Amino acid sequence: MSQSTENRGTPLVELRDISISFGGIKAVDHVTVDLYPGEVVGLLGHNGAGKSTLIKCLSGAYQMDAGEIFINGDKAEIRNPRDARAYNIETIYQTLALADNLDAASNLFLGRELVTPAGFVDDARMEAETRKIMGRLNPNFRKFKDPVKALSGGQRQSVAIARAVYFNAKILIMDEPTAALGPHETQMVAELIQELKAQGLGIFLIEHDIHNVMKLCDRASVMKNGQLVGTVNVDEVTDEDILGMIILGKTPEGVSA
Amino acid sequence: MTKPPKASAPAKPSLFKTLEIDTRLLGMIGAFVVICLVFNIITDGRFLTARNLFNLSIQTVSVAIMATGMVFVIVTRHIDLSVGALLATCSAVMGVMQVQMLPGILGLGSPLIAPLAILGGLLAGALIGAFNGWLIGYQRIPAFIVTLGGLLVWRNVGWYMTDGQTLGPLDQNFLLLGGVEGTIGATGSWILGVLFSLAAIWAIWRARAAKIQHEFPVKPLWAEGALMAISVGAIMGFVAILNSYEVPIGRLKREFEARGEVLPEGYSEVYGLPISVLILIFVAIAMTVLARRTRLGRYIFATGGNPDAAELSGINTRMLTVKIFALMGFLCGLSAMVAQARLANHTNDIGTLDELRVIAAAVIGGTALAGGIGTIYGAILGAIIMQSLQSGMAMVGVDAPFQNIVVGALLVLAVWIDIQYRKRTGEKV
Ligand SMILES: Nc1ncnc2c1ncn2[C@@H]1O[C@H](COP(=O)(O)OP(=O)(O)O)[C@@H](O)[C@H]1O
Ligand SMILES: [Mg+2]
Repeated sequence: MSQSTENRGTPLVELRDISISFGGIKAVDHVTVDLYPGEVVGLLGHNGAGKSTLIKCLSGAYQMDAGEIFINGDKAEIRNPRDARAYNIETIYQTLALADNLDAASNLFLGRELVTPAGFVDDARMEAETRKIMGRLNPNFRKFKDPVKALSGGQRQSVAIARAVYFNAKILIMDEPTAALGPHETQMVAELIQELKAQGLGIFLIEHDIHNVMKLCDRASVMKNGQLVGTVNVDEVTDEDILGMIILGKTPEGVSA
Repeated sequence: MTKPPKASAPAKPSLFKTLEIDTRLLGMIGAFVVICLVFNIITDGRFLTARNLFNLSIQTVSVAIMATGMVFVIVTRHIDLSVGALLATCSAVMGVMQVQMLPGILGLGSPLIAPLAILGGLLAGALIGAFNGWLIGYQRIPAFIVTLGGLLVWRNVGWYMTDGQTLGPLDQNFLLLGGVEGTIGATGSWILGVLFSLAAIWAIWRARAAKIQHEFPVKPLWAEGALMAISVGAIMGFVAILNSYEVPIGRLKREFEARGEVLPEGYSEVYGLPISVLILIFVAIAMTVLARRTRLGRYIFATGGNPDAAELSGINTRMLTVKIFALMGFLCGLSAMVAQARLANHTNDIGTLDELRVIAAAVIGGTALAGGIGTIYGAILGAIIMQSLQSGMAMVGVDAPFQNIVVGALLVLAVWIDIQYRKRTGEKV
């Protein structure tokens, strides 16, 4: 471990020695990564490296075969997405995980609906809240009444982001959040990440664009074939170093974080 | 050169758009009206009589009740082929309890017999349904297989409970739930009609008030007014029709004689709303509220739209499956009650082929087998359309085999129209 992380106290999240395989394929193979408050850790690697699978163990979508998760130093049992939400872990999935037949507000509050005193879902209040947060995240968003299948890729993405941000996450997982976005929207997401980081959230960011990684991340963990290649402090390496780790699967001398 | 994006000119909204009326609903009402008019012409006006419409409504109830539950089943991408068999089992439970068991314990004619028998039937339905749901949700056996097996299992469990015997005569109070035997008369019907009308007006007004409170756009006042007028007109019109069907003189005479009285000269009485139809109305309202205004309903539609997303949002989709099938089973019990009371006894073949009618009603009513889409009112309308076709053809004297050919073809046609409609509105099919 390098100096920068050693004296920062307990990490917000520690994924220790995580393994999970699917019918013989070791999708994640003894991977250890951690995350501190106010930090953005990039998870990098080729398609199929196991990035999405790793974070799904943290978000409760998958059950790891071996390994331990610590939140604020305490061992956490995350068996399903409900458990993860209870730890204030919010996830933007690569697939977005939206119910296409429902509108933006229903998706934003899915599983956590606002209800009236009588216990019925309060659609009007949920729509009002959705309008508020979308006004902040994507002011051009207008399609509040339509099912989300009628939305563009960028609009769907902003619904998924709004859902993760609305509920005061402490730990945010973003799996390729800018994949469907144009340059302008990507810039908005970048600003959002910096704002959330300043608020003290810890963010796992899976991102392919190396420039975004250099700009947004404090540390980067690189995976290849399910294994961790290494973790580096982003300001101590060049983008070529990181690309080398992704392609060759080797950490350059003396930069391991 | 890139073209400038087309400015979507705020075209004048169409009338239906202003009223926010579902065009699919209009299509179904249109189909129903056409069916009624055509049969009315062919039968020289015998189809659109108070008597026939009364019969039509009580014949529809049993299938319509189950169709509301089938909407939730199909919306979550499942199917239930066992509803007819489940109905038979529930009917057997109610029949055995009220004919063989309870009279011995409570005494013949005890007022407790009907409620206890009904409770038993409903409980049996809900439990069997929950068991189906457990096999599907937790054991991951496809619903098609579980309920195909159930179709054979439950009808024959019913057979063993009754040794294949027809059970009757049924309890007098129980018979009130079947239709003709239990109606609430003219005054009661008018009062209920007014109450329902007021409720409809209140609901429309409340929805508007909620929108205004959150500063959302609202329909013009005249549109709200028109909607209220249509609702009240439909409710009161339906009551007026049922209230103009007079009880036959012979029947009145028998009733008076049974009480030791003489039928006064010129006395007449009308049936009014049947209790079974009232049950359907309450089921329709409850299921609509469940679908639109509760978390359970929201989760049902979310799961249908994207099961993975629902699971990732923390919804326990396995338990949800158990609940949906338990509800379906409960509704089978309710339908068994109405069907048995209408037929005035329990027979082994009660509800035979109902699974197909129920699925067809839901699908004709716009429930998409791909999941995520369906409405309660659509399924009920689907049931009404099928029943009106069937009884219309029976009235005209069409052979039973040909009736089935028409209903089967209608099902396929309805789905085809639906696909065309969705293509046109740009929905994914
Ligand atoms: N549910 C699953 N069933 C079977 N194999 C899976 C499943 N999820 C992921 N995998 C496999 O695990 C490996 C890692 O995939 P993934 O985590 O999606 O990679 P990345 O997100 O880094 O592109 C791939 O080989 C993929 O095929
Ligand atoms: Mg991935």
